Amino acid sequence: MSEHKITLELNGRKVSGFAEARMTLVDFLRDNLDLTGTHIGCEHGVCGACSIILDGQPVRSCLVFAVMADGHKITTVEGLEGPEGDLSPLQDAFWEQHAMQCGYCTPGMLIATHALLKEDPHPTEEKIRESIGGNLCRCTGYQQIVEAVQLASKKLRETS
Amino acid sequence: MKAASFDYIRVTTLDEACKALSEFGEEARIIAGGQTLIPLMAMRLARPSTLIDINEVEELVGITIENEQLVIKARTRQSEALSSNIVNENLPLLADAMSHVGHAQTRNLGTIGGSLVNADPAAEIPLIAQTLEAIIAVKSVRGKRNIPANEFFESAMATSLAPDECLVEVRFPIWTGEKIGFGFHEVSIRDSDYALAAAAAQILLDDSDNCKQISLAICGASPTPVRLRPQEELMLGKNLNDELINVTCDDFHNLIEPQSDVHADANYRSRVAKVMATRAICDARDRAKGILR
Repeated sequence: MSEHKITLELNGRKVSGFAEARMTLVDFLRDNLDLTGTHIGCEHGVCGACSIILDGQPVRSCLVFAVMADGHKITTVEGLEGPEGDLSPLQDAFWEQHAMQCGYCTPGMLIATHALLKEDPHPTEEKIRESIGGNLCRCTGYQQIVEAVQLASKKLRETS
Repeated sequence: MKAASFDYIRVTTLDEACKALSEFGEEARIIAGGQTLIPLMAMRLARPSTLIDINEVEELVGITIENEQLVIKARTRQSEALSSNIVNENLPLLADAMSHVGHAQTRNLGTIGGSLVNADPAAEIPLIAQTLEAIIAVKSVRGKRNIPANEFFESAMATSLAPDECLVEVRFPIWTGEKIGFGFHEVSIRDSDYALAAAAAQILLDDSDNCKQISLAICGASPTPVRLRPQEELMLGKNLNDELINVTCDDFHNLIEPQSDVHADANYRSRVAKVMATRAICDARDRAKGILR
């Protein structure tokens, strides 16, 4: 059993803490850093609720040990908000389209679709559905999530 | 769903990784993407004593062409291989199969080498390695060796990799000829899940459109991906019309050992394997003729 110092660039801030090697990144974020926006669902890489952005790419934070993320750049759902703490255009679109019921999958859905819109600001419906292929919504509210991403994409087009 | 305790070390070269494997013994494991190993550890199906993190070993990343082979280094991320022009231009069969591997979130960390050593019976990358007779290069403090794919995959989740060996690269042969086509078909419960059954085919046609070379394999219906050599022999030298393909694929039940689970029973898997093989061969033929993109 080994314990390690972990330093992350987390949502633009440098943070440090200690964790046993076996601690997953999602547990480290929630339990040690008090960032509970990232949800824990299945803990074995099936549901996507714990998705975060690691070095610019969406990954599942239950499938990364915290120690493996040492020295890396991470964005969690808390990091999506605007500079004044306002909702991002994507978060706002989720709100407007009611793209959530129980809200459990929402942080993962936001991270997955945020990453999609960064890569492709005007995705087709097929691409949107593919981007959330690794995220489960047990309320089965996929339709509104797709519509929210389409609305966010439209808003981004109008403002750019 | 928490992993048992283990020690963790980070290495920066392949030699350090091999040294650590030799030093820490059989209970040590290499970790790169961890997209299968970590869930297995969470479920306590794997309890390594030490994890050797190779995520900073840069010499294990890259995609190149060497001596008519597409060489992919072990730690190359699946997402890099999926978006690679080198893969797309030289080995479109692999490029097509890669789009069925996992989800964006797992492909961004999951590696080509990780999928091979994990040897899931339904995984696409091992299937393509088996189809094209890829060579898997491994290294340990004892030396290097090259393992042909058909000797690498021994059973479900079991390979001939020794506990002290680290996978270095996989080399896929690139066929030469004018009329080459590929086909890949898969059925899974949801997009990008493991295949109930999948088939891969690559075909070279001669000037009169007869089959000059063919490789055909299926996965998901046996403990390892299976090359269907008797079926290949039945098609070699022939004109690949739909009837011949159908008849040929009707009769490989003796070569596979499909299992039943909650998603599909053995009989259904066997039927899916047959249909996937038929479609993969038809697509490969049509692409070789240039009538399918």
